[in-house]
Amino acid sequence: MASQIHAAYLDPILTRYQHNPHHLLQILREAQEYFGYIHTDAMGYLSQQLSLPRAKIAGVAGFYSFLSDRPQGEYRVLFSDNITDRMLGSVDLMTQFCAQLWVEAGKVSEDGLLSVATTSCTGLCDQGPAMLVNNIAINRLTPERTTAIAELIRERVPVSAWPALFFAIEDNIQRKDILLNGEFQSGTALAALLQCGDEAILREIQVSKLRGRGGAGFSTGKKWEFCRDAQGDAHYVVCNADEGEPGTFKDRVLLNRYADQVFEGMTLCARVIGAKLGFLYLRGEYRYLLAHLQVVLQQRRSQNLLGKSILGQADFDFDIDIHLGAGAYVCGEESALIESLEGKRGTPRNRPPFPVTNGYLNQPTVVNNVETFAAASLIALKGGEWYASIGTAVSSGTKILSVSGDCARPGLYEYPFGVTVGQVLADCGAQDTQAVQISGASGICLAPAEFNRQIAFEDIPTAGALMVFDQSRDMFEVARNFVHFFAHESCGFCTPCRVGTSLLANMMDKLAQGHGSPYDFAEIEKLNTLLQSTSHCGLGHAACNPVLDTIAKFRPAYQKRLIHHEFVPAFDLDHALLQARQMTGRDDSGAHLERSDESR
Amino acid sequence: MSELDKFAPSPLTPLPQVGEGNEVKKLKVATTSLAGCFGCHMSFLDIDERLLELVKLVEFDRSPLTDIKHCGPCDIGIIEGGLCNAENVHVLREFRANCKILIALGACAVNGGLPAQRNHLSLATILEEVYHAQHGLVDGFIPNDPELPLPLDRVHPIHEVVKVDYFIPGCPPSGDAIWKVLTDLLAGREPELGHGLIHYD
Amino acid sequence: MNQDKLETFTLDGQPIPFSAGQTIIQAAMAAGVYIPHLCFHPEFKPHGSCKLCTVKVNGRQTASCTYFAQANLVVESNITELNDERRALLQMLFVEGNHFCPSCEKSGDCQLQATAYELKMMSPHFDHFFPDRPVDATHPDYLLDFNRCILCSLCVRASRDVDGKAVFALSGRGINSHLIVNAESGNLVDTDFSSTDKAAHICPVGVILKKRVGFAVPIGQRRFDAQPISAQPLSKEDV
Repeated sequence: MASQIHAAYLDPILTRYQHNPHHLLQILREAQEYFGYIHTDAMGYLSQQLSLPRAKIAGVAGFYSFLSDRPQGEYRVLFSDNITDRMLGSVDLMTQFCAQLWVEAGKVSEDGLLSVATTSCTGLCDQGPAMLVNNIAINRLTPERTTAIAELIRERVPVSAWPALFFAIEDNIQRKDILLNGEFQSGTALAALLQCGDEAILREIQVSKLRGRGGAGFSTGKKWEFCRDAQGDAHYVVCNADEGEPGTFKDRVLLNRYADQVFEGMTLCARVIGAKLGFLYLRGEYRYLLAHLQVVLQQRRSQNLLGKSILGQADFDFDIDIHLGAGAYVCGEESALIESLEGKRGTPRNRPPFPVTNGYLNQPTVVNNVETFAAASLIALKGGEWYASIGTAVSSGTKILSVSGDCARPGLYEYPFGVTVGQVLADCGAQDTQAVQISGASGICLAPAEFNRQIAFEDIPTAGALMVFDQSRDMFEVARNFVHFFAHESCGFCTPCRVGTSLLANMMDKLAQGHGSPYDFAEIEKLNTLLQSTSHCGLGHAACNPVLDTIAKFRPAYQKRLIHHEFVPAFDLDHALLQARQMTGRDDSGAHLERSDESR
Repeated sequence: MSELDKFAPSPLTPLPQVGEGNEVKKLKVATTSLAGCFGCHMSFLDIDERLLELVKLVEFDRSPLTDIKHCGPCDIGIIEGGLCNAENVHVLREFRANCKILIALGACAVNGGLPAQRNHLSLATILEEVYHAQHGLVDGFIPNDPELPLPLDRVHPIHEVVKVDYFIPGCPPSGDAIWKVLTDLLAGREPELGHGLIHYD
Repeated sequence: MNQDKLETFTLDGQPIPFSAGQTIIQAAMAAGVYIPHLCFHPEFKPHGSCKLCTVKVNGRQTASCTYFAQANLVVESNITELNDERRALLQMLFVEGNHFCPSCEKSGDCQLQATAYELKMMSPHFDHFFPDRPVDATHPDYLLDFNRCILCSLCVRASRDVDGKAVFALSGRGINSHLIVNAESGNLVDTDFSSTDKAAHICPVGVILKKRVGFAVPIGQRRFDAQPISAQPLSKEDV
């Protein structure tokens, strides 16, 4: 009987996904959205319907932060916990919110009304602090707005009836260049393609020297060519819109306002490599963009820019599915993303082989960044040479930067490659800047002496996050926030990252709690080396970057945490007796342990 | 990056060498058992007749062997057992403050051992179960005499609370392993346990 | 095939012959040279998760179980720098779970323990997590003690690839990753696990244990009492 309840909502979902086990993550995500969590009977039903072992389904559900196998609140409130949210007061707001609703962070309220927790950066750093309520983003939290939300929840007003203003996510485009100036007309790049042929378009992409905008900077033309030349039963195009790097939000804007240009770039790629199917892998935090993107796709189908016989070409069939992530930063890594697309846990694969030969369903697959596809459309339209003439010799074109933190005008800034960090700071109205974190938590942290460095693959390669910290900020706390981010997002596959990121977070907490000594400092440095040299993927390699950079450049922030000359425990010994004191009612001197300063 | 010792053991603290100079100055050694079972001390006695050789080289300070109650300045401190209560912490601190070299002897000192098997339960649950809820208890109460050391909320191996120089794992470590480490240290060598001497059970 | 026609790479200066498609660790094992490992097993597709088998290939560190052998590679393995890192990885595994060897039936026959002896791991070094993990004694013939799981996934692979079942799977993420079994109750007894499964005999540590046979082999005669793990690069079940 119980399973009938679940069959009722699962059947339409299963039908929509053709009972395809590769769509397990999408099915689970929708099940969670409908029912509030993945009920054990739902798991059993899916296991039977998809012919998948229950343990496999549970393993997938257990991997993604936004999926849960036990009841959540009717209202699931997640405060974005990026350092930029914290700088805008998110910690106090969450404390206030929890107090107003008598709920403890990390738990479900006793009446089941709501649950409150934190989540990794939601990509609203330019308009934070932000939260997700039942996966829908709310920006610009203030004590007033948070109070109003608490009231709406207490009165059980459905989220759909909340003031639209709460959900008014702004694009915040501050500086436009070739990509953002909005000249692109849908269909024009495809028309150019059909006019000159896909071989010529590939050549234009190669001539343009376009490099991947996810940060690694692999040549887009080469990637398309390798993929086209790879043998397979089918080829696939994947657009990586899982921008989880803290501080990045350009894809949010590109997909909100320039989706046509992105989809057109994917379609160009499809034609070049011979793909019939493409995926937009959209991070779960951008769930609110889904309806809009579906409309754009539908429009493109009705304009014959997608679907069968695109623009009347009998051999040109291509369509795009949108897959949503469910709260896993590691899925931004292309092989983990493909695993996720296949409905699995988002564990990065062993490479080689690379996705261009063995990607989605083990077939040749191009995975490109949102911005890369948008640029490809422009190149098809205006030519490779034109594009190559912009930027620097090895970094052609423009780069969109997501600027947030301590500056007057946060938002998107598009510059030709080669722009200096100092120029960006001047344009965004940053004053008294102490540090700039580029490329998010895994990127690099610059001190003022380096502000003359350039945004370019030959100097500072970046997916575009640029977080500004003024002199009032504590760079140790910045690094600590990032280290916790990595511990939370580690997929757990390899030993060094699974255990090491948590050890690192604990060590940083130890310093923060006043238990630091030079011993811990040396330990952190040793751990950093180990993570960098033995981790399975970039997440583990990068997990130490924020610490290494801030140690090197902002050492006083650490020095003041090395309070003790000699090793002291990571925990407070006196506090370790608290439970025993409470149980015995004792408070005599023997019931306490003094701090261990006097010990060596 | 600084020149770090990676994950190698900490560098040897220099000990005064036996037989240096004209007079033979004996090294001072202290031993204790914290949250342990004295099994490691029993194993220590398993070095048998080599004890006679040892006492030519060392003099025992605080130890169950001497019944000296507090530790004075020593060259080597040997700790059996982990930290289960406040008194364990006091004794460990006394040893750390007085001993040039501190050795964790046996599983409990090294990783918490058997006592640490309680760590997945809250102390409150344990005390409730033992003194209130257990079948057959009438008017049970949790002892609160100030003479009694209060238990810590978790059992800790000693390296989580003080810096430890050397570790001899085993439950217990064999007399041979203990002898090997001590003689290595007395000879100024980095202690090393080969196959068969290093074991965790 | 004539032995000297095989191409070779060098491992710590020693030439190691290999055939096409062999990874570094496979070629090394075939040549009787030990590279520390836990998640690697000769019968299974390399996994590359424990990272114990990390070596330097032409100066760059990589897992030797997933790196294909090529002619003239210069591979370093048994060097202080790598052994120090391997020891740290072992220490991570020890503090991540609850490894109380004195009470473990697998002691003396445990790859984690033997590898730690090999690399002279004298202490866990880090602070322990002391996680709260369950024991599943529901099955009449087998016990699961999750406290000792090192997430090598050999049981997952054995059940899936050899037994054609899916008794085991990984769930959770990061430090909360954990092994689960394929039953609504979460109990082994409710799965199709059988004592004849490959998965019943693959665990390198003491998670999957046959009941009523524990401690049958006296101390001194257990697998790794006799010889260190490096002297038995191919175990009896491996050949």
